[in-house]
Amino acid sequence: MPDAGGMSLEVKDLVTSYGAIKALRGVSLNVPAGSITAVLGANGAGKSSLLRTLSGLVRPRSGSVLLDGKEIAGRAPEDVVQMGMSHVPEGRGVIAELTVDDNLRLGGLWRKDKADRGRALEEAYALFPPLDQRRKRLAMTLSGGERQMLALGRALVARPRVLLLDEPSLGLAPRITSQIMALVRRLCDETGLTVLLVEQNARSALSVADHGVVLNLGTVVASDDPAKLAADDNLRHAYLGF
Amino acid sequence: MATLALPRRGPFASTIVRHLTVAVVGGLVLLLLTSSVNAYRDFQIANVGYYVVAVAGLTVLTGLNGQISLGHGALMMVGAYTAALILDRDNPPPLVVVLVLCVVVTAVVGAIVGAAAARLRGPYLAGATLAFAVGLPGLTSHYAGTFGGDNGLSVFTSPPPASLGVDFPSERWQAWITLAAALVTLVLLANLASSRVGRSFRAVRDDEVSAELAGIHVARTQVLAFVVSAACAGLAGGLLAVVSGQATPGAFSVALSLAILAGAVLGGLGSLAGAVYGAVALVALPAISSNASERFDFGTDVKSNMPLLVYGALLVIVMLVAPQGLQGGVRRLAGLLRGRSPAQPARNESVTEVSVTEPEG
Repeated sequence: MPDAGGMSLEVKDLVTSYGAIKALRGVSLNVPAGSITAVLGANGAGKSSLLRTLSGLVRPRSGSVLLDGKEIAGRAPEDVVQMGMSHVPEGRGVIAELTVDDNLRLGGLWRKDKADRGRALEEAYALFPPLDQRRKRLAMTLSGGERQMLALGRALVARPRVLLLDEPSLGLAPRITSQIMALVRRLCDETGLTVLLVEQNARSALSVADHGVVLNLGTVVASDDPAKLAADDNLRHAYLGF
Repeated sequence: MATLALPRRGPFASTIVRHLTVAVVGGLVLLLLTSSVNAYRDFQIANVGYYVVAVAGLTVLTGLNGQISLGHGALMMVGAYTAALILDRDNPPPLVVVLVLCVVVTAVVGAIVGAAAARLRGPYLAGATLAFAVGLPGLTSHYAGTFGGDNGLSVFTSPPPASLGVDFPSERWQAWITLAAALVTLVLLANLASSRVGRSFRAVRDDEVSAELAGIHVARTQVLAFVVSAACAGLAGGLLAVVSGQATPGAFSVALSLAILAGAVLGGLGSLAGAVYGAVALVALPAISSNASERFDFGTDVKSNMPLLVYGALLVIVMLVAPQGLQGGVRRLAGLLRGRSPAQPARNESVTEVSVTEPEG
């Protein structure tokens, strides 16, 4: 669904803190356009903080974020979305009080091209048939898997060129998790979408990623080919838990 | 205005056609109604007209956008004094132009108040707007030369057009003016509510973080909601000045701000149909309760406080019986009559298996 392929994302020495607590202590990573990078690590490693900083929900202390070569560190979330990078937050981030249809339309509200807004909406419904059957239902009545689809669909309606996904597998059955992972892979292959995928579920994330990054206590401790990361016993025991 | 279940097919598929149809039918009904009642009733109906405008504006702000305002009485005052000052000139423009100017001036004031309000939440916003409502009437005595102090300004309006006949009651003419304004306001707000602007209002109300992650500028949306709401209050204030023939600080006390909010809550926050019920209640309740206290021959102390008592009691009862306001109650009744309870969300088939479309090819 993204129209013009993906954008590259370059993060350099990103530092973020909540008061005195440092969440990111100089994170650098590189996501080439049209690829999936999985960010792994235990609780408190800084995975969500990384995404929240990239999307502008949190202002970084220092460092640089280049979206397609353009500096976006410290920009407001709505600006970042309009520049082409959408964030699907942890815990879905759908608006429970609104209908499925309203939630999906929300993703494209800022866009001026009315005809294409409608097209993107129908594409999202085609991608997620369960949502199509529940257009007028309130989001609060959806199951966890459907909510994840809704959150993903809403982000896609904005026609993003980079997608930040925070724990899409959270609380979902393994079967649904793998379906969602497969969908992300397919979007990436078919449209060239760039994806930064944060996961606790390392095994399923590595199965679709082109590259893996392991965070611990706000720093990158490993960055490698997914197969190599999965084969590294020390890493697996220390950070990935499988 | 979603109470009338017009079929969403054929010409009614377009939202604006649906709203206009309801407005035209409503207008005709009101035309018949105002022509068949006495002058005092027409005066009351004229009052309902501007209350509808004010309550509808507030219900958009508080109900759709989630910002509370206890300062709408003061915004009405801006509209009323704008009308009074313009109509006081030697060659006043036509009434429509005056009312448009009321809307514009109050919208500008609303933008300023809204810019401050967008930084505040919940009780702090309530407090700030309350301070605005308390403070603004004081300006009239500070600048008594311009605003006429406590006595306010007289508002001269032209009589009904001669084409309606010499003995056409001016009350009926005023009722027509305020009702026409109310219908126009309702149609515009109904379209706004179902547009992408309305969607962004609701998104910001329900979840600011989700809204900004969806690319919506939260602060800008909140200021816009305040401007729309203030514009309505300005129109209502201008109409009030025209109907009452004066603009005095006493008419725009904190009590007016609270009454408008009570009307919006009573009718059902966020519902334009509810705004109409709320406005009717604001005019009818004091009249009914003072009639009742006349009949029972209470002392003057009791008599003068009777409307307040009835009002408070009714507010409590409505909130207990229909927490979603009168419109919510109507909706629930309609649902019961149709044999299902909308209080429960539609049945959720247990979805254990969801199918994301399989990769093609």
